[in-house]
Amino acid sequence: MSLLDIILVGIGAFILFNFIMGSVLVLILAERKVLGRLQQRLGPMRTGPWGSLQTVADAVKLLVKEDLRPQGSDVFIFYLAPLMLFVPGFLIWAALPFTRDLVLSNLGLGLLYIVAVSTLSIVGMVMAGWASNNKYSLLGSARSAAQLVSYEIPLVVTVLAVGLLAQSLNLVEIVERQVPVPYILIQPLGFLLFLIAALAETGRIPFDIPQAESEIVGGPFVEYSGIRWGIFFLAEYAAAGAMAFLGALLFLGGWSGPFSDSPLWLFLKATALVLLFFLIRAPLPRLRVDQLMAFAWKVAIPLSFLNLLLIASALFYGWPQWLLGAVNWLVLVAVVAAFSWRRERRLARLRGRYAA
Amino acid sequence: MNTDQAPLGERVDLLVNMGPQHPSTHGVFRMVLSLEGERIIDCVPHIGYLHRGSERLCEGENYSQIITLFDRLDYISNINNEQCFVMAVEKLMGVQVPPRAEYVRVILSELNRIASHMLFYGTFAIDAGAMTPIMIGFRDRELIQALFESVTGARMMHNYLRIGGVKEDVPEWFKLDLGRLLDQLRAGFREAEDLLNGSDVFLERTMGVGILPAEAALDYGVTGPALRASGVGYDVRRAEPYSVYPELEFDIPVGKVGDCYDRYWVRMREVEQSLRIVEQCLERLPEGPIMGKAPRLIRPPKGEVYVRTENPRGELGVYLVSQGGSGYPYRVKIRGPSFCNLMALRQLLRGVYVADSVVILGSLDIVLGEVDR
Amino acid sequence: MAREPQTRAETSSSPLEPRVREALGQRLQELSYSFDEMVLRIPREEMVECCRLLKTTPGLDFKLLRCLSVVDYVDFMEVVYHLSSLSHPHKVTLKARLPAEDLRVPTVTTVWKGADWHEREGHDLFGVLFEGHPDLSPLLLYEGFEGYPGRKSYPMPEQRELYGE
Repeated sequence: MSLLDIILVGIGAFILFNFIMGSVLVLILAERKVLGRLQQRLGPMRTGPWGSLQTVADAVKLLVKEDLRPQGSDVFIFYLAPLMLFVPGFLIWAALPFTRDLVLSNLGLGLLYIVAVSTLSIVGMVMAGWASNNKYSLLGSARSAAQLVSYEIPLVVTVLAVGLLAQSLNLVEIVERQVPVPYILIQPLGFLLFLIAALAETGRIPFDIPQAESEIVGGPFVEYSGIRWGIFFLAEYAAAGAMAFLGALLFLGGWSGPFSDSPLWLFLKATALVLLFFLIRAPLPRLRVDQLMAFAWKVAIPLSFLNLLLIASALFYGWPQWLLGAVNWLVLVAVVAAFSWRRERRLARLRGRYAA
Repeated sequence: MNTDQAPLGERVDLLVNMGPQHPSTHGVFRMVLSLEGERIIDCVPHIGYLHRGSERLCEGENYSQIITLFDRLDYISNINNEQCFVMAVEKLMGVQVPPRAEYVRVILSELNRIASHMLFYGTFAIDAGAMTPIMIGFRDRELIQALFESVTGARMMHNYLRIGGVKEDVPEWFKLDLGRLLDQLRAGFREAEDLLNGSDVFLERTMGVGILPAEAALDYGVTGPALRASGVGYDVRRAEPYSVYPELEFDIPVGKVGDCYDRYWVRMREVEQSLRIVEQCLERLPEGPIMGKAPRLIRPPKGEVYVRTENPRGELGVYLVSQGGSGYPYRVKIRGPSFCNLMALRQLLRGVYVADSVVILGSLDIVLGEVDR
Repeated sequence: MAREPQTRAETSSSPLEPRVREALGQRLQELSYSFDEMVLRIPREEMVECCRLLKTTPGLDFKLLRCLSVVDYVDFMEVVYHLSSLSHPHKVTLKARLPAEDLRVPTVTTVWKGADWHEREGHDLFGVLFEGHPDLSPLLLYEGFEGYPGRKSYPMPEQRELYGE
């Protein structure tokens, strides 16, 4: 690798970093606006036209805020923890392609790399929780470790199924295999599982158990203030954005689309996914820890293995894509039907409770 | 005796001091949780952070001034509190309240009950992790507050009820406004209930959680929706009818299991019943004076009286002792429903998860102003 | 239409009276009426037993302890228990007198768990010792608070000056 290459990669990384930071600011604003609209309020309105500069102002505020460290905390780990969460959050982006050529580093095993790097965020959470010398933090970090480890499995298995179907772990190739049929049509079950696991991995409602503001007041981040807290926040949204991009690449056909292949399509698809994340946040309460675990181990993991098994047998027996798609859709419909049946039964029980 | 110590013979991993600064303790309430992993072994509640000595303060205020103190007890349902105290003095002095004033009192206190329950489902949903219901609750509560403002001149600390009646007559547009308000409230309430009942996660979080058996509830002196959720149909408005309640038609919703969902369900049904009551009162609201023949200087004769009313949270009791000839009460004891309901918390929290603790506390719907007095 | 004013004339004997007399027997010192409440005066030593009898005797069933108050009459104190029944529409007030120099009364937490905080409050604000109570640590006041702010002897100077009494 020549010096020029290193400089070029450096410039690329710089541009990418700024792009991510900028889009995270926009994302946070968008979330607040969308949530506001869903909750019959306006969201931020005061800073800039329609509150468009609110997140910028927030970022500036966080930068100049006093940086507090609780007494009795583990200094080194306390300061290291935000970085341990921040760095993997951005490392994912290095391997995410925006088009066939516009990619910082086109890794042959890109998918493996992304999965591996995203797992690292557990370490940051646990470090933050441990070093803060706060019981809420400790509880939060224990919860987050349990949650991330549990949902890592369905995430990896569904992602693996995609790799299996594409016969490659290279993201560019995976996207190219999705012309003309994006994988969401062939394995909707996989997409649903991916979505759930992604929500859980990024700790968003209804899986925001590690932070759980009404129980453990923010979990591992309780004691952080100023820009260190801001880094956690940024990392969280960067991770959510990365998950949305990954979803768009793996299931929605990436940059390919009608008229021409363009990164715009990718952005559109990723934005749609991010909006979905925001929409899910508005109406739902939070699950309890044991319910979350039960869902992971009793529902998500078996289903993701079923999905993997379907694709493996399709490849083994040489099913055409439409047959695989049909079977996958059938399984999805069966799963949804089972859940709605369970819900009906519960509602009937509820109605029976007050019948008299 | 050190109450912070966990019972012996059980493994305690962590002692968590939840509160007094905690988003889900609904004020300055502290509970010391002994945890084994995520499970609560024991919980020791600590109150008193908001203790203002209201009962003793009452002894230094004359009777009409005390009404302002009662506003500040349960600051979510002020009119209900005022009503209880005013009724106690009226009973002691034998003052007759004109029907119009009685009806206005009942309308306002039922509206206050609705407002209180709206705040309840909002904060309850927040405790369970859902953000949106409280926005709906606050939007509708705001309408009620606006109506209160137009009637009493204040949004929260009304000081509107007087011994023998109410401060002033309701504005002329009151009937019209209220009629419109009821429709809005009904629609908003349905919206919120659909939002909560439509969510599987909410049902999962509340059903079968924090079951309070009827026997235990009575033992702890739990009253109000929390008791009715456990299956005891005890409501002061029916058990010992006061004001114009005997003339009104309404049901007492009763739960079956006594879990968090039942407590939520009972309150939601109560909103419906309160809307019904307000509607009936509106139809019957008679013309006439709003103040009875109460002396200007209030000096009740020697005697003592215990008056109870149905607060949104349960039975609010006032034990009033007068020595006679004085403008000041000799002793005022306030039986706050939240105070008694909170005693059941310790039993409810044994063995549940940390996440459930806030839901259970939220389902008891305490107001610390009344717990600490 | 309006509620009839309740007067002292209403204080006639109620059908509850003989049943209460029968249940309490010799323990009952005095039975009087105050508005719609029947007031029973009993010696403090018998408090637990009386409460238990009132709670468990069929036909009385005072299952709910509505309120537990302490009243300071300077020369003596009074503990007042307001009971009510859910299965029957009756209620009763129990009273016991405590001499000022000996403020002790047995706890009724063994009868109703709900007496717990009421008694702690009485201990906090009035210094009444509820004997046998499992934990009488301060409830409303902070640890180490001096004096008993509920008592008449506890000064409230600022307020008196303010209102000119």
